[in-house]
Amino acid sequence: MALSCILNTRGVKVKTFTDRLHKAFESRVRLGIMSALAVNDTLDFNALKEYLDITDGNLASHIKALEKEEFIGVEKTFIGKKPNTRYFATKIGRDAFNKHLEALESIVKSRKF
Amino acid sequence: MHILFMGELLSISICVNFINHDILLHVWNFIFYFANKSAFHMKEEKDYIKEISEIRSMMERSSKFLSLSGWAGIMAGIYALAGVYVADSYFGFNPQEISDRGGIGLNIILLATVVLIFAIFTAILLSYKRAGKREEKLWNSTTRRLVINMAIPLISGGVVILILAFKGLVGLIAPLTMIFYGLALFNVSGITIKEIKGLGITQIILGLIGLYFVEYGLLLWALGFGVAHILYGIVMYFKYERG
Repeated sequence: MALSCILNTRGVKVKTFTDRLHKAFESRVRLGIMSALAVNDTLDFNALKEYLDITDGNLASHIKALEKEEFIGVEKTFIGKKPNTRYFATKIGRDAFNKHLEALESIVKSRKF
Repeated sequence: MHILFMGELLSISICVNFINHDILLHVWNFIFYFANKSAFHMKEEKDYIKEISEIRSMMERSSKFLSLSGWAGIMAGIYALAGVYVADSYFGFNPQEISDRGGIGLNIILLATVVLIFAIFTAILLSYKRAGKREEKLWNSTTRRLVINMAIPLISGGVVILILAFKGLVGLIAPLTMIFYGLALFNVSGITIKEIKGLGITQIILGLIGLYFVEYGLLLWALGFGVAHILYGIVMYFKYERG
């Protein structure tokens, strides 16, 4: 009985933290994109692809999802005649990412006795 | 009569067994429910910790080149010492003044090139192996940035040194290679392991001393490219690779 009580209170406590995790970051790839963009001013498509080691289509769909949330922005330039698409984290994206990180840390901290 | 009684007893005991089994099942379910619940929580916690470590790893490898092996430094140092030995003992290269009328022999340029190629190839090979161990690709955006940031000071230095060498200012070669190499290292110290900064500053200081005391140029070069590389290599190895 005592055990279940501890579990319950822990369960409740944890739920409030998990609520603060952002849905957009549930995917490993999207979290990876945001982590890389958090420490780089801009990154192009290929750089992201190399870091995440995924296919073009997969990366493109995750980028699109983050663009839709307005978490990342696109910067289109030309290197000679070749188009170069660079991505960067927006203010909204950075704030959401930081909040997500804080929530993750709180969860882990709250579960340590 | 007796047999019938035994039969009845048997059926009762079976019945009891069933009841017992049922109760046992409930108890098991009860225990399993909590065991599963706590196991679920444990797994979640592990997941969150893993998520945090994945974020950290992505931030690190997208901004820093960390596949540098201490052994690359140790080996570069050994090649450099061997090169100095050959240059001094066999080619008699040990300029005492800035300007040497004899100019520079092709053998010294070849020797330096061989040492450089050996050091670079060893560094690439060892980094490739380390990147594989860390389950990363060696050639990515971070590595490209590192190469460009190192190449610009190094190539400009190389051109300066070649021009001076062909104009007969042989005594400047050894100290200037150290100064430009030190500047290149310092330039990339922000995007790789932090020990590189100290190594860069060491090279610059030894190079500047060598520029003033030209007669000690080769000795200081052996200290900078040889001994400093080996010492920093050992420090890096023990700090990042052992275990």
